[in-house]
Amino acid sequence: MMIEILYFASVKERMGIAGESVKIKKGITGEGLINLLSDKGEPWQAVLSDNRLLIAINQEMASLEDSISEGDEVAFFPPVTGG
Amino acid sequence: MRISIKVQTEMFDAASEVHTLRSGIALTGALVEFTGFVRDVSEGSQVSAMYLEHYPGMTEKSLRNIAKEAIERWQVFGVTVVHRVGRLGPAEPIVYVAVIGEHRKEAFEACEFIMDFLKKDAPFWKKEWNENDEAAWVAAKESDNDAATRW
Repeated sequence: MMIEILYFASVKERMGIAGESVKIKKGITGEGLINLLSDKGEPWQAVLSDNRLLIAINQEMASLEDSISEGDEVAFFPPVTGG
Repeated sequence: MRISIKVQTEMFDAASEVHTLRSGIALTGALVEFTGFVRDVSEGSQVSAMYLEHYPGMTEKSLRNIAKEAIERWQVFGVTVVHRVGRLGPAEPIVYVAVIGEHRKEAFEACEFIMDFLKKDAPFWKKEWNENDEAAWVAAKESDNDAATRW
């Protein structure tokens, strides 16, 4: 199944892309998705290994243990700095 | 429950935001407003410009949820949040929060709660340029995370 991934701010800059579509297996977690992307090598491996990295699933803050379903919008970004 | 959320590049007009927020509500005893401005000094160096990136869709959703929670918790009547994005100069207004309610204590607390959670949860990211035109993403402050835990 396919999902959409979005990158923001420093994560987007370091990736060199604003997002991508990825084929995943059913029941994969955020952590599993990071491992899958990291298998592609750099820059995924370095950027996604940052322990401050945040994940949102369908525009809600999520945890890396949450599982991802078909058609979900997953976003990775650094800690927020608004206000 | 009256909630107005705006994410925009252009300048906002606080007077007209308040007018809209208060219109038709006769009971208002208190109005609390907060305006945040771009700092001209950051980590000891001069800021020449700032760029605000955000996550369209999630930003509005997140701000609406924060406003909703503030209204329910403090029983205030209405909340307006305006946050600017894009390129901004030093001393330019960047964020505006207005809360109307029956009493000042609830309105003050609701306004602080909104700002604390906006800084912790709303997906905005600041990039700053110093006087030598070197750009850097602003690092999140631990104190901003801590501020939200008091509620």
